[in-house]
Amino acid sequence: MNAATYELSHLRALEAEAIHVMREVAAELERPVLLFSGGKDSIVLLRLAEKAFRPGRFPFPVMHVDTGHNFPEVLEFRDRRLGELGERLIVASVQESIDSGRAVEELGPRASRNRLQTVTLLDAIEEHGFDAAFGGARRDEERARAKERIFSFRDDFGQWNPKAQRPELWSLYNGRIRRGEHVRVFPISNWTELDVWQYIAEEGLEVPPIYFAHEREVFQRDGMLYAVSPHLELIDGEEPFTASVRYRTVGDMSCTGAVESAAGTLEAVVDEIAATRITERGETRADDRVTEAAMEDRKREGYF
Amino acid sequence: MRADLLRFTTAGSVDDGKSTLIGRLLYDAKSLFEDQIEAVERTSVQWGFDYVNLALLTDGLRAEREQGITIDVAYRYFATPRRKFIIADTPGHVQYTRNMVTGASTADLALILVDARKGLTEQSRRHAVVANLLHIPHLVVCINKMDLVDWDQGAFEAIKDDFRAFASRFDVTDIVFILGWYQGTPLLHHLEEVHIASDRNLVDVRFPVQYVIRPHNDAHHDYRGYAGQLAAGVLRVGDEIVVQPSGLASKVAAIDTYDGPVVEAYPPMSVTVRLEDDIDVSRGDLLCRPHNQPTVGQDIEAMVCWLTDRPLQPNGRYALKHTTRSARAVVKELRYRLDINTLHRDEDCVSLALNEMGRLHLRVTAPLMFDDYRRDRATGSFILVDEATNATAGAGMILGPA
Repeated sequence: MNAATYELSHLRALEAEAIHVMREVAAELERPVLLFSGGKDSIVLLRLAEKAFRPGRFPFPVMHVDTGHNFPEVLEFRDRRLGELGERLIVASVQESIDSGRAVEELGPRASRNRLQTVTLLDAIEEHGFDAAFGGARRDEERARAKERIFSFRDDFGQWNPKAQRPELWSLYNGRIRRGEHVRVFPISNWTELDVWQYIAEEGLEVPPIYFAHEREVFQRDGMLYAVSPHLELIDGEEPFTASVRYRTVGDMSCTGAVESAAGTLEAVVDEIAATRITERGETRADDRVTEAAMEDRKREGYF
Repeated sequence: MRADLLRFTTAGSVDDGKSTLIGRLLYDAKSLFEDQIEAVERTSVQWGFDYVNLALLTDGLRAEREQGITIDVAYRYFATPRRKFIIADTPGHVQYTRNMVTGASTADLALILVDARKGLTEQSRRHAVVANLLHIPHLVVCINKMDLVDWDQGAFEAIKDDFRAFASRFDVTDIVFILGWYQGTPLLHHLEEVHIASDRNLVDVRFPVQYVIRPHNDAHHDYRGYAGQLAAGVLRVGDEIVVQPSGLASKVAAIDTYDGPVVEAYPPMSVTVRLEDDIDVSRGDLLCRPHNQPTVGQDIEAMVCWLTDRPLQPNGRYALKHTTRSARAVVKELRYRLDINTLHRDEDCVSLALNEMGRLHLRVTAPLMFDDYRRDRATGSFILVDEATNATAGAGMILGPA
């Protein structure tokens, strides 16, 4: 803040916009929920919710869609952070969706539970009667997201229809829905990956340790480094080795790659992101490499 | 590092150099990534372009490919050490006026592209008219493809004269002409330097109450805070205020943020205001200063852009959202339809179709606290929602009381 000229820095302007969005949802919808993955973007959402609603409680619970293939460091972080906040955590389990026959496990060494999360997410939204779900998606991530609204309308089947989006003007959001429909709301739509890291650094937010450089046993596949884990079968010829890596995104262990890095502090991570020549999803997400329209297709099915 | 935020809008069709211009800006600001460039190269070949089509950076959703169209507004981001930029990139055809209006609604600056060979086209005029109606404070007319007219200074001057004549009745006074980007980076330089801080209204205090914070816990038993985003003006602790529409008066006891109390708040800060008196205040109310109040009324005159397939119904009823206030509105009269190509006013019209604009008299079920849109975009704008479909049907800019 700069009191002499009444100007906000770009981060504080983005923050003010996000707080406004969260309060609109709390005021206009009946049963919102905040989707939390343990990743950097949803960590920022939690801080923004504190900024929007303290000294009160969050007017919504926090929900994690648990694939059962998470990094253990992330689950530990999730439970501790929610405990500190004193807010309610709901865990929706992909394993339970599989056990009950709602979702079918993919097979083979490239199997991932990433896509199965949609079933679990939509079932949980229906079960709890949620009419709004905050997500940490950003428009700079991917071209389907570049065209998505901050208030993104979903029909009875949870589907996104890119051709029938509501125009979004000024800061006047239209959250009107019918029973059974819901809105996904993305308060940090206008943030870039660098904004997120700068904000984390400015706010001094804790993030799971896998975001910083650490020694890990990995193997190379499709030009990416995967952690050796019980959730991924090795294919012939793939040789595990130890490297200094960090994660740029945090998703399912079966589809999230690591990058070689020596960045051990927030400052070093910010510098690394400022200098990178590759996007985060391009570098670390197998789920977006399936086809050119992978994200668009998943979103139309009701994905995050 | 301290950078501020500039939002700008562009409009154009596939072949007028817009994508190349944006691609070049992103490239110069090092915001184009290797995997994005490779993906665009790959997709360009796949789709049969014989050049690298930078439009495919964000265009090219499956849905667009199926219909051969570009779907509405794409947002792109880049930053320099001075500023962070948000581009609202919209298709420029007449049927996309709705998208141009959407992109323009939050823009500080509009980039209008002119092909030096063609001069001012209907499309560039239309974009300029929309920018002016939406009251974008800065216009940059970017004259492109000068190499194809052999850098003819005369062509440049002629386009400038044409545009100035066309824009003589515009409210916008900051109009800058820039030659194509390939002569170095004059455009990026201008975008970094243009002064936007004084565009905000810091005079008329307008604080729409968005959400009431009442913790109901032991530590904050009596806490009652009015959360919201400053729409205009500078609000200070100790200021006398009036709550509208009730007219109740009080004083600002504190301005809270998560990071601690502040002594003053200004746009676009999101804060929580506490008052000295325990008076009835709720979402949709507005705090202002006693000697500088907005108009409070139920009859408004507004320019409205129609955004949906179902045409505006004469005498139709719509849900209306203005600041944080929701009400219903009846169309009392459609005064005229504005042809945004010729600026002709058609007073015999009976309706507004998708992408059309017109002046309305609306009667609202509850009083609105509003200002002339040109004075304050936040308290001068509203949307209309079709209650049958929940579609966002109209975008309104208030001219004054009816």
